[in-house]
Amino acid sequence: MKTIQTPLNIEEIKSLHAKDFIMFSGTLYTARDAAHIRLIKDIENNTPPFDLEGAVIYYVGPSPTPPGQKFGSAGPTTSSRMDVFTPTLLDHGVKAIIGKGYRSKTVLEAFKSHQAVYLLAIGGSGAYLGQCVESSEVIAYEDLGPESIKKLVVKDLPLIVGYDIYGEDAYVYAQTL
Amino acid sequence: MRTINTQAIKQAVFEACQSIQFRYSKPMEEAIKNYMDQEMGVGKAILKVLLDNSELASNQHIPMCQDTGMVVIFLKLGQQLHLEGDYVIDMINEGVKEAYDVAYLRKSIVKDPLLERVNTNDNTPAVVHIEMTNDDRCEILLSAKGFGSENMSKLAMLTPAHGLKGVEEFVLNTVFTAGPNACPPMVVGVGIGGTMDQAALLAKEALFNEVGDRNPDERYANLERDWLEKINASGIGPQGLGGKTTAIDLFIKTAPTHIAGLPVAVNINCHMTRHVHITL
Repeated sequence: MKTIQTPLNIEEIKSLHAKDFIMFSGTLYTARDAAHIRLIKDIENNTPPFDLEGAVIYYVGPSPTPPGQKFGSAGPTTSSRMDVFTPTLLDHGVKAIIGKGYRSKTVLEAFKSHQAVYLLAIGGSGAYLGQCVESSEVIAYEDLGPESIKKLVVKDLPLIVGYDIYGEDAYVYAQTL
Repeated sequence: MRTINTQAIKQAVFEACQSIQFRYSKPMEEAIKNYMDQEMGVGKAILKVLLDNSELASNQHIPMCQDTGMVVIFLKLGQQLHLEGDYVIDMINEGVKEAYDVAYLRKSIVKDPLLERVNTNDNTPAVVHIEMTNDDRCEILLSAKGFGSENMSKLAMLTPAHGLKGVEEFVLNTVFTAGPNACPPMVVGVGIGGTMDQAALLAKEALFNEVGDRNPDERYANLERDWLEKINASGIGPQGLGGKTTAIDLFIKTAPTHIAGLPVAVNINCHMTRHVHITL
């Protein structure tokens, strides 16, 4: 199985093809609905809480880490709710986004034009995915609790390429089977 | 007259909120194993991950999904039952609050839906529907509703002219539109009849069935089988990435309705379909 590692370089991104299973390792930033609303405002004010250039975003609101565990449950949330914010993040250098479900045509076009990729995690496998988290740190919007932005370092997070830079879509492909 | 203390209801809620988070029910686990035998490639691989996830969640005591849901309860109280103790709704919310705290479940509820959206930080309040029954029992149907699937649920006020064809089209289109967003394989609850509100409640309550349960009316049981087959012929498959397993089961509940109406509601659960039925 193909493995990729942050920081993502363009050669690595080019090597990803829709419906490939991959193992992802490195740094990513969690953000979902409420965090996106604040993040967009901070970007407009030129005060983003982390460097967006080359960053990887994971749409997740983890459950709390029980004592003695590495992390809580951490599966993907539905991506389409973030569609309205995604082109702005891609404009500012985000190179990969992890979530689940369909994206709008506008978002898919933005991924393609920015040579960025949409990656899928398996919805409802949060316990399994959470075990890939090596370290976690809240870096912004702590008052949002599960919706705060966390910097996660993950090892061998199993993902599926949803939409590649060549315009191939794993969901569209599935319908041709 | 039989008497129970609302403390017993609180305790049942406290236990139920936790028991549904860490493992598939037996019938669901069996069903996924059976479907896995029919799948190939990506679909099979995904179902395997889901079974492994349930196993790991149970062993490590980590919830199967990070979205540990909004608690929805149907509380059925017998007319010959007397409740004593603190106010039952407060006690239910106490049970929810304590369970979400001690089991490290995610707190996902915001107090105001539109203007402030500030997290209540204890996963309360629960949604509670109270119904009277003609006995002396207390029944608690409890679920933890995740919103990936809840958001893809729909309701339509169809008219008599739409008939069976119109209802079928609405049900199937709702499921097809939901696709990967609802984390397939899903479980589909269909409510037909009543008023707008009753159709939604019927669809929600239909999701308390166990995999393999069939509507006691053979005509509706046949529709359940037929629509499930059509959903699984769609090719959406596990996670929408292709395959035969789009839904594990589909349940219909009906009620009398008005001569002018044909309300239909479709409520979707993901494969975890976390629910439990308790009788006190």
